[in-house]
Amino acid sequence: MEIPYTVTARPDTGLNNVKLGIWLFLASEVMLFGGLFSSYVLLRVGAVEWPAGADFVNIPIGTFNTAVLIGSSVTMVLAYASLKLGDLAKFKTYMASTVLLAVLFLLVKSYEYYEKISHDHLPSHGTFLAIYWTMTALHGLHIIGGVAVNGYLWGPGSSMFHTKRDQFIGRVEAAGLYWHFVDLVWIFLFPVLYLL
Amino acid sequence: MSGSAEEVKKHIDVYMKVAGALAVGTVVTVLASFVEVGVALGIVIALIIALTKGSLVVAFFMHLLEERSRAIRWTLALTVVFWFVLMLVPLFTMMDHTGTPKTLPNANASESHAEEAH
Repeated sequence: MEIPYTVTARPDTGLNNVKLGIWLFLASEVMLFGGLFSSYVLLRVGAVEWPAGADFVNIPIGTFNTAVLIGSSVTMVLAYASLKLGDLAKFKTYMASTVLLAVLFLLVKSYEYYEKISHDHLPSHGTFLAIYWTMTALHGLHIIGGVAVNGYLWGPGSSMFHTKRDQFIGRVEAAGLYWHFVDLVWIFLFPVLYLL
Repeated sequence: MSGSAEEVKKHIDVYMKVAGALAVGTVVTVLASFVEVGVALGIVIALIIALTKGSLVVAFFMHLLEERSRAIRWTLALTVVFWFVLMLVPLFTMMDHTGTPKTLPNANASESHAEEAH
């Protein structure tokens, strides 16, 4: 069965279902992370004392990871632009860079987690650590999801470029919107958890 | 993003400029955190920089600046409204506790131990 409106716009919304679907999903994601940011504020203003982020986290490593994630957002948007220009080889290069940068982010984050565990900085050992682990781990899960989707679009999924090019470009656009959102969340997580 | 090659190449130039701005914004965020301005002002400065960087990502990388769909605009407008409601929850909670002294968990532990000893 052919799924309708994957490329052409629906008459009622003026959009194809892929684009409307991803924006609705991102709206729900804003509320998910918004709830956690709200919890952070609630916990912080209610705390008698709050540790400086630098007491528990490594600012140079966090800054490096921020640069890595911004870099991956740039390569993602360049991958999309390459597809619009009809250049599959360039798309593959940029998409591979996006996936590799995401994996690098996860490796660095894993090192940070390893450091925390070895210093007994576990979620159960303080409010700051609890919210730090919750927010960064949830964000990390989103990165893993992005790696899976982008990896698929780079590999087996890219064969669609030759058969249903517009639909493939739509998929990459949706994956890109998701990926930029993940970057956006980190842009706020970094100062909140590392610097303030 | 429209489909013509010229348009796409123009967009790529913009992406590179935005990437540069995001890199500068990240450095400024870190440097600003070392300036002694007090907690409240420090939070305001960090959030202004984060909002600026976030707006660049949404406007240019997510192409919201050129998005004309009413469905998307309404979805996002509603999201912003509910996001503010979420952020008001801590404020209302604070107002509810105004004047209530904060105590550390187990702040009375030594007293209760002393009572138990008697």
